Amino acid sequence: MNEDLDMLEKSALNDYKYGFTTKIDTDIIPKGLNEGVIELISKKKNEPEWMLAWRLKAYAYWLKLTEPTWANIKHPPINYQDIIYYAAPKQKEQLNSLDEVDPELLRTFEKLGISLNEQKRLTGVAVDVVMDSVSIATSFKEQLSEIGVIFCSISEAIQKHPELVKKHLGSVVPMTDNYFAALNSAVFTDGSFCYIPKGVRCPMELSTYFRINAENSGQFERTLIIAEEESYVSYLEGCTAPMRDENQLHAAVVELIAMEKAEIKYSTVQNWYPGDKEGKGGIYNFVTKRGICQGDYAKISWTQVETGSAITWKYPSVILKGDHSIGEFYSVAFTNHHQQADTGTKMIHLGKNTRSRIVAKGISAGQSQNSYRGLVRASKGAINARNYSQCDSLLLGDKCGAHTFPYIEVKNKTAIVEHEATTSKIGEDQLFYCRQRGIDAEAAVALIVNGFAKEVMNQLPMEFAIEAQKLLTISMEGSVG
Amino acid sequence: MLSIKNIHANIDGKEILRGINLDIKAGEVHAIMGPNGSGKSTLASVLAGREEYEVTEGTVTFLDKNLLDLSIEDRAREGLFLAFQYPVEIPGVSTTNFIKAAVNEKRKYHGQEPLDALAFLKIMKEKMALVEIDQSLLSRSINEGFSGGEKKRNEIFQMAMLEPKLAILDETDSGLDIDALRIVANGINKLRNENRAILLITHYQRLLDYIQPDYVHVLYNGRIVKSGTKELALELEEKGYDFITDETDLAAKE
Repeated sequence: MNEDLDMLEKSALNDYKYGFTTKIDTDIIPKGLNEGVIELISKKKNEPEWMLAWRLKAYAYWLKLTEPTWANIKHPPINYQDIIYYAAPKQKEQLNSLDEVDPELLRTFEKLGISLNEQKRLTGVAVDVVMDSVSIATSFKEQLSEIGVIFCSISEAIQKHPELVKKHLGSVVPMTDNYFAALNSAVFTDGSFCYIPKGVRCPMELSTYFRINAENSGQFERTLIIAEEESYVSYLEGCTAPMRDENQLHAAVVELIAMEKAEIKYSTVQNWYPGDKEGKGGIYNFVTKRGICQGDYAKISWTQVETGSAITWKYPSVILKGDHSIGEFYSVAFTNHHQQADTGTKMIHLGKNTRSRIVAKGISAGQSQNSYRGLVRASKGAINARNYSQCDSLLLGDKCGAHTFPYIEVKNKTAIVEHEATTSKIGEDQLFYCRQRGIDAEAAVALIVNGFAKEVMNQLPMEFAIEAQKLLTISMEGSVG
Repeated sequence: MLSIKNIHANIDGKEILRGINLDIKAGEVHAIMGPNGSGKSTLASVLAGREEYEVTEGTVTFLDKNLLDLSIEDRAREGLFLAFQYPVEIPGVSTTNFIKAAVNEKRKYHGQEPLDALAFLKIMKEKMALVEIDQSLLSRSINEGFSGGEKKRNEIFQMAMLEPKLAILDETDSGLDIDALRIVANGINKLRNENRAILLITHYQRLLDYIQPDYVHVLYNGRIVKSGTKELALELEEKGYDFITDETDLAAKE
């Protein structure tokens, strides 16, 4: 009996352990969106004139657009005038070192498992932490700069490296790309910037931790990663938010640029607040992520583990422009309760002998809906392009849904595109087999799901693979009926 | 150790077991034989706790506990092991990790600390030699792409690792060629000891050439219709099941 109570208590606590709010003075601007708000954001960030002009152009374009409705998701209309577009924890203007960061903020990130403290922080991982609309701190900045790697917030990059930002911002995801990309281009507040110079293999993982804290605010992050010729970088982002009854919007844009023989490995562990069991609250995660293999033999690899958000709408894509370039997409999307996910990728083959590989694993539980949507396009010039796609869905229970929407456009005869898809349920036989060995149903489901997702999990950097596996197990709790 | 009294069991409303009585003591090996459809595998499933089967009458006592009150996993943790006729594949779950999870769940149930990787590996090495199983098999996903012989050997390996009090081997000989059969049977023989009871379920006598049972029971139409020593199995081999089933059918008519 006691044991049962223990278990109940534990799983209730485990539901979403990042749901707390940090009480901190926040600089907030009034709700609503207009040119004045954009000017205010730009002013607060002390931006140069060209940046403001860029934002306003994007805003003007956004006003002409209507929200897309093609995704397999449902939500009440979003009132864009009811969102706060800038919220920043108040702190000293200029920090000389991490020790000057507000202790309350340090404690917050400590609680989230991100230590900024010099002694305790993860060695081998440089972290940029972003809360609401601003970057709080970036670790290992100096060490990285010694080898020419620039890792800082995008705001800082706009100030200190305007030539790089000007050249690349919007070059992969133009402001006119889609509704949310246009909105982001107008109002983005912070995010990370990485620049890896020619021939440098970045010696540590670069990572950004995104946290939403303020109420009624939206987060519009912008990340730009540039890998020059023959360079390599592995980058990881994580994200969490407090539990609230209202939906909050997170509309990010991420752009990756890989030059000749460069490699970018981008991993995401997405754990935004998913809403409660009845589907109340949670983050709308509407994100545009795209990379371009600009040079020959370049490689971009996306890995994502998506367990959070009320709604996920994102398609990390690769434009394979350079000959012999490689694009990869590995995804695990887990949805429980009333979560909805419409996620996948686009592999756009332009260059000769380009190759892409897609491995997408969808796991649906509760009354959730989980869709894979992917496009593979081989243009006329993409001689000998090859793609392999594999989409597997696993259903837990009979009230959830799994959907696959593959789009294939091949414009030349030498291209080879393969697509495999499976849908399975956890079998009674599998459960019985595990239970007969003394493994209870809940643990058995965790085991089976982790086995199902393993191929993707293996792609994550080691430091995060274990965390991601735990996260998957926690998200699954209560999904065995 | 195990005492089955007048067990009746249904599946989908159809009665399969119609009053089984059987007592098994520690150290004994019992063989249950019988023609197809006699209820052999049902008996194994009912003992293991498979939920599709409904026990309508009778009792089962296992190590002084009411077995039928225990969940599937608790029966296993108490020391009941079922070697499956058709072991299930679980993609992506390595055999080693699976067995480690099972061993540690059992230890937890008995209030023992979980085995660390090193201790587990040491035990695994010992047992691997015992049942002649290859290391490469254990790093693969459980039963995925295993041959029939590999699957059965893996079952016996799990039995060795979990050290059950009662092992029920459901048609472990089916689908094995003669070499595989010999290896599997050798493994089982090495796991025989005075504290462990084994219930062999088999259609054919040939397994009993390798594993000598103390008792042989013939199951027919959901009842044990004849019990004897290992000579009974030889008699069955010679005369076929008909000599018993005809007798039983005749008796039923009268």
